Amino acid sequence: MMADLDGQLTPLLEKIKDLRSFAQQQGLDLSDEIQALENKAADLRAKMYANLSPWQKVKLARHIKRPSTLDYFELIFSDFIQLYGDRQYRDDPALVGGIALLQGKPVTVLGHQKGRDTKDNIARNFGMPHPEGYRKALRLMKQAEKFHRPVICFIDTPGAYPGQGAEERGQSEAIARNLRDMAVLKIPILNLITGEGGSGGALALGVGDSLLMLENSIYSVISPEGCASILWKDAAQAKDAAAALKLTAHDLEKLGVIDEIIPEPQGGVHKNWEAGAVAIKEALLRHLDVLEDLSMETLLQRRWRRLSELGNE
Amino acid sequence: MALFRKPKYSTVAARQEVPKDLASKCTKCNTIHIKQELEKNLWVCPKCGHHLPLTAGQRLRFTLDEGSFQELDADLSSGNPLDFPQYQEKLSKAQRASGLNEAVITGRGLIHGQPAYLGILAREFMLGSMGAVVGEKLARMLDKACQERTPALIFSVSGGARMQESILSLFQMAKTSAALARLHQQGVLYISILTDPTTGGVSASFAMLGDINIAEPGALIGFAGPRVIQQTIGQSLPTGFQRAEFLLEHGMLDMVVPRQDMKATLARLLKFHGGEA
Repeated sequence: MMADLDGQLTPLLEKIKDLRSFAQQQGLDLSDEIQALENKAADLRAKMYANLSPWQKVKLARHIKRPSTLDYFELIFSDFIQLYGDRQYRDDPALVGGIALLQGKPVTVLGHQKGRDTKDNIARNFGMPHPEGYRKALRLMKQAEKFHRPVICFIDTPGAYPGQGAEERGQSEAIARNLRDMAVLKIPILNLITGEGGSGGALALGVGDSLLMLENSIYSVISPEGCASILWKDAAQAKDAAAALKLTAHDLEKLGVIDEIIPEPQGGVHKNWEAGAVAIKEALLRHLDVLEDLSMETLLQRRWRRLSELGNE
Repeated sequence: MALFRKPKYSTVAARQEVPKDLASKCTKCNTIHIKQELEKNLWVCPKCGHHLPLTAGQRLRFTLDEGSFQELDADLSSGNPLDFPQYQEKLSKAQRASGLNEAVITGRGLIHGQPAYLGILAREFMLGSMGAVVGEKLARMLDKACQERTPALIFSVSGGARMQESILSLFQMAKTSAALARLHQQGVLYISILTDPTTGGVSASFAMLGDINIAEPGALIGFAGPRVIQQTIGQSLPTGFQRAEFLLEHGMLDMVVPRQDMKATLARLLKFHGGEA
């Protein structure tokens, strides 16, 4: 899809290339003409990326080359120490967490972990946690509360895993408990959607004090494919469902349910991980600054108000 | 060879022509029952014990003392906040068919004389799906229960969050769970009663957060529906998977209580938690 997008520019880019080699062969100075064409290409590219359709955003949000949660941990924090396990059943590799320094300040970091390639994705269950993943997250959040460390959640999952073991071990209960306990956790919680915010499996890391979204991330109650197959009995209509679900960061900003959109490098954060990480770090520090100035009582009241106003018009 | 044969009479199964408004068929064992009889038996099949679906109104009648119900927020109804295709039509249709404004009834009433706040999801309204109004009504009811330190009960029956409200319905899971966090902190009893079916966003929020979780026999309870799971794992699921008894065995419920015993059980539990007798 992104190849298609860039494909629209191909003729223009070819022309620039031809012109350049022609100039070189003939020893001519065509730099003004070339510059004009390059400006035109840049304009077109900017226009294209500024007007992506919801379905194009879905594709971008799921792009395999996007940084994963562990990549962000390495890029944004220093001295990340991974902590494992829910102390009850097993460690879930689809949800990772630990402690790290954000500009020298200790924080607890958590996030869904997708694989970096197919093999890794299978090991990570494509970023779809089992109950033990959510229980690990809650364990680390309570640990954060004990040591007065803010929690930062990186959200990127198609959803909680719909499997036999997940049901047997209480997927519903694990998610529900996170929702309840995060509502009253006595530390600031920042929530950042980096890619796919898939339903309850995303929300289980999504309750907190600041909800941020990367420019090309999505967040909805059901995947466009799932919605299309229920509504129109045809998963192929996912494109229309993506529009109907209002799942892009800009849609959610318009609905007034998120605090900030973090801009991505042109074409998507997969084209420049470092620039993406810098923008995220800046936003995290800024939001944390505000939240840490609040008394615990104010912070919790503010969170309560945010939660109770959700969805009210 | 016998000269005389006994004539053979074939017994033609008499077609049970019972008028629809008088009789109803058990969806499990296909036995036809007189409706009055079923009503007396709280719509539990007298033959096989199958718990037939109830409307929210019936549930209310079977749970509360007569004349004790005071409804809250009856007039709240949904708009179409995302301009979702055909949602308005679906809402109007559900309203006409159910006689309800939304998929939940909330209020206060007495159970064998003991006060309780309660919410009853309505299967007959878009399969009890939770949108912003359902979440808001439940949260307001729970807040009242918290302020008045009165136990709260929710009867769940739901396919989950309401797709047509997308993110707004998803957030109702957080809103209702946050309301329950307050009850939890304030030491106010919350009993969740899970009935057939309780799945998706409703099971993954308030339905699983009871101090006491009770289910009706045979109720389907789960995060993902069995069809989705089967598609995902590509193999058949064990018998009884995601049924109430299965969840009891796996530690997710405190008890499975037949409908005929539900009111008495709730009354006993309320008594334990400071309810006046």
